Amino acid sequence: MRGADHAGWAKSGRNGADGVMTLGGRWTLAFVPDLEAALGKLDARGARRVRVDLAAVEALDSGGAWLLHRQLRRWRDSGVAVELSGASDAQAALLERMAIAEEERKPLARPFEGAFRGLVERVGKGTFHTLGEARALIAFLGAVVTTWIAAWRRPARVRMTSVVHHVERIGIDALPILGLLAFLIGVVLAFQGADQLRQYGAEVFTVNLLGVSVLREIGVLITAILVAGRTGSAFTAEIGTMKVNQEVDAMRTIGLDPMETLVLPRLLALALALPLLVFYANLMALTGGAAMAMLGLGLSLDQFLEQLASAVKINTYLVGLIKAPVFALLIGLVACYEGLKVTGSAESVGVHTTRSVVKSIFLVILADAVFSVVFSWLRI
Amino acid sequence: MTDAPVIRVRGLVTRFGAATIHDGLDLDVRRGEILAIVGGSGTGKSVLLRTILGLKAPDGGTVEVLGKRLADLDPDARAPVLKRMGVLFQDGALFSAMTVAQNIRLPFNEHTRLDPKLVGQLIRVKLAMVGLPQDAGAKLPSELSGGMRKRAGLARAIALDPDVLFLDEPTAGLDPIGAAKFDSLIRDLQRSLALSVVMITHDVDTLGAIADRVAVLLDKKMVVGTLDEIRAHPHPWIREYFSGPRGRAALESRGH
Repeated sequence: MRGADHAGWAKSGRNGADGVMTLGGRWTLAFVPDLEAALGKLDARGARRVRVDLAAVEALDSGGAWLLHRQLRRWRDSGVAVELSGASDAQAALLERMAIAEEERKPLARPFEGAFRGLVERVGKGTFHTLGEARALIAFLGAVVTTWIAAWRRPARVRMTSVVHHVERIGIDALPILGLLAFLIGVVLAFQGADQLRQYGAEVFTVNLLGVSVLREIGVLITAILVAGRTGSAFTAEIGTMKVNQEVDAMRTIGLDPMETLVLPRLLALALALPLLVFYANLMALTGGAAMAMLGLGLSLDQFLEQLASAVKINTYLVGLIKAPVFALLIGLVACYEGLKVTGSAESVGVHTTRSVVKSIFLVILADAVFSVVFSWLRI
Repeated sequence: MTDAPVIRVRGLVTRFGAATIHDGLDLDVRRGEILAIVGGSGTGKSVLLRTILGLKAPDGGTVEVLGKRLADLDPDARAPVLKRMGVLFQDGALFSAMTVAQNIRLPFNEHTRLDPKLVGQLIRVKLAMVGLPQDAGAKLPSELSGGMRKRAGLARAIALDPDVLFLDEPTAGLDPIGAAKFDSLIRDLQRSLALSVVMITHDVDTLGAIADRVAVLLDKKMVVGTLDEIRAHPHPWIREYFSGPRGRAALESRGH
């Protein structure tokens, strides 16, 4: 151990007209308040020359040295000659270093623009950024389509193993969570619907409500959102990590096209798996609704099915299902695009993964709204 | 000041599953020396460093830093020891969301109650000491080059004037000129701040230029000595390490 720690001290005295300052003890960061007080008490009034004796200083670190340096500079600035003695080589060198810190005085903090100006600037930058992103995403879509067409011409180049692997991960692995989610939503829909319709004595129409809303909207939307969160994020993170590790660069140098090896199999797999998942989610949601109808409304399974058949046409189901590949494309595009945009650091992977999920869910809901408008226009 | 070692490792055992990495490893780091740890890839240099830093509990044996066993201390008792240790990780490990100045300010905020104005001045001192221009203070780590990030990481490591400084491959990724400058910077700081330095390195130039003693991880144990003693060691790995073309060139330039 370093023996008893005792704070640095300083004494001032006189030798004729010269001031003599004797310093001792530990001049370290831990004793800054003591050191400041000790330096404040030093008296060099009237002296033309000050001698500072460091012989009794036991330890000097950059904290202590800085305080001492500040004091010496004050004396020098007021025209007093300063002379150091008793410092070890290391201590003298350290004190000398302190002078470098003063040479330039650039601000340590980032410049702060006014709050309003900053706001306007951020809004402007944000707008241009969003427009740029939209443009880049469309360009990416173009690149994907080009690759796709090339792949159609030479089907042997489509990596089927990879496609099957991704179908398993996107589709089969998602079955338990998606099934549970859809079942519960079916239960909730039936419960809430029955509650409202009971006021008009029309409980039986709960089945219509359930059938139409699940098949047209809820089933596909829930599936797409779940897949965006589960698979979209995974795609971005995987491809992003490969970018960070320079695996994507390595691929290019070997002559593999990342579009063909990374993006296309994932998109194909999504386009295959998502409609299947939607079918499954529809089934589970209707099962949930049926369970609720049988327990809560006292309908028999036959009655439920009969009512469902009268409420739902094949079109209702197809209208929901036709959205699935479009949503799959949106999720896959955004996920792969964001993954390939990752640069350098692990931090960037996180940023782009978040963006990927937010963007794909946004685009899915936007597309759903567009579908609604188009379908009502076509009177489907 | 006494001659008790700043770091004392006794009988250290490290295991990963069935693989034993260190088996009864002993190591002393003396006050005021620069000790360089070398060893082949996978011999557990980084794990040793993590164990000494208390980031990993030893599977056997004891590790004392400044007389304390970090692994056994509760968080409150750790802080005063941590305050006296500074670590430079391989790529600086600067907090990416903060500017360089904020990075250096962090240990001050955590461990001291100094006037913010004085801390600002001390940050300038540290920046100057590691040879960074002062406008680097306002920059984010991502805006710096690799060499500058290392310097900024070093500034954060010496923020509180530690007793022991740990360096993980300080010259990795630097060009030879940058590496030589970084070596002399470490030597300078070590002298003027009376630091004890423990560093992991692959760089034979660094060994020749600044290491007081060299510790070689061999067969799960440590062989320690001055560079000349180590060079005379008969172990084939050491022979190969120093007699390879890179090793020879580095040592010849040193005048051996």
